[in-house]
Amino acid sequence: MSKLYLTRNPKVAARSLDGEMMIMSGKDSTLFTLNKTATILWQAADGATPLDEIVDRKICTEFEVEPAEALKDAETLARELASHEILQISEQPIPRNSGESR
Amino acid sequence: MTTEVDRSSVVIEIGGMPVRVNTSDPAFSRLLEDRYCGYVTSSDEAEISFDVELTAPVAPDPDADVRVTNVNGRWTLTRGDFHAEWEPAARTGRIRQTANPYSIDAVLRIIHSLVLARQGGFLLHSASAIRNGKAFLFAGVSEAGKTTISRLAPPDTTLLTDEISYVRKQGDGYVAFGTPFTGELAKLGENVSAPIKALYLLAKGTENRIEPVAPGEATRSLLANLLFFAEDEELVQAIFHSAFEFVSRVPVSRLTFFPDARVWELIG
Repeated sequence: MSKLYLTRNPKVAARSLDGEMMIMSGKDSTLFTLNKTATILWQAADGATPLDEIVDRKICTEFEVEPAEALKDAETLARELASHEILQISEQPIPRNSGESR
Repeated sequence: MTTEVDRSSVVIEIGGMPVRVNTSDPAFSRLLEDRYCGYVTSSDEAEISFDVELTAPVAPDPDADVRVTNVNGRWTLTRGDFHAEWEPAARTGRIRQTANPYSIDAVLRIIHSLVLARQGGFLLHSASAIRNGKAFLFAGVSEAGKTTISRLAPPDTTLLTDEISYVRKQGDGYVAFGTPFTGELAKLGENVSAPIKALYLLAKGTENRIEPVAPGEATRSLLANLLFFAEDEELVQAIFHSAFEFVSRVPVSRLTFFPDARVWELIG
């Protein structure tokens, strides 16, 4: 199975408040509130760490879940976040974008 | 041979920002003076100047979407009933519309929302009123009770608007200004301002009560009620962060109210 790399879309506005991560699309002002798993993916999306490592280090340690199942769910979630242009995903490491939002 | 056309100007000052509207149609000029009564200033100073070109009447399209885009510093605002362009650097713009007050109203709202976004302020779907020297905002979608709470306001309150509040950042706090943008009440707000003491999220119920709202929910509700149409990443970022800033400085609560005047005993 190929690796998947994630990075934050620098064109969205993002802010955490009381543990809730809120994201607003810079394109159409749609507001998203991320759940706990999506927040983990957002925070770990540095373009250099592959998704399986993020799942292993951040998700499997947080939730009681089988690693293979967790990876499958995380990949589905990452693709959904990418479809909303919150994350960018690639099978290659992604150079870090400048001008990331807070 | 050229024909010189007489043009008249009406300067409309909302939220402390004067906007000049130039027209060659005396009837439209009078329409503006009537529509914005209390907001028309005799001063010749204006931060933006618009030339209005009136077009033949068109059938209104209630489903027409607003589009607000920025290309190379020039804003374009379009809806079925108007087309406007604005160049902030030149402080001038043009509006093509039919002779009605609704189109220019929409253009002015959009222009003010764009200017405010850069300054940490915003327009908000909310009623607002001044009591004891402080402004109170009552936010909610259509039917939430904005007009009802405005109608119930006691004589010692000054109504700023029953529909769209004008919020400007000033120092460490925020100030609400009156607006001519009306809802069902069809009554222009007073052209005055006051520091904002509280924002209430409206809900109708069987009793009057005020409950705290968690910051996350307060921010989401505020964002949901902002008037903002621009397809512009920089301004979206600005207005998003302004909402968080506002919630960190102004108390936000849920006001559940039964529609009678006693609700105002909780406010002030």
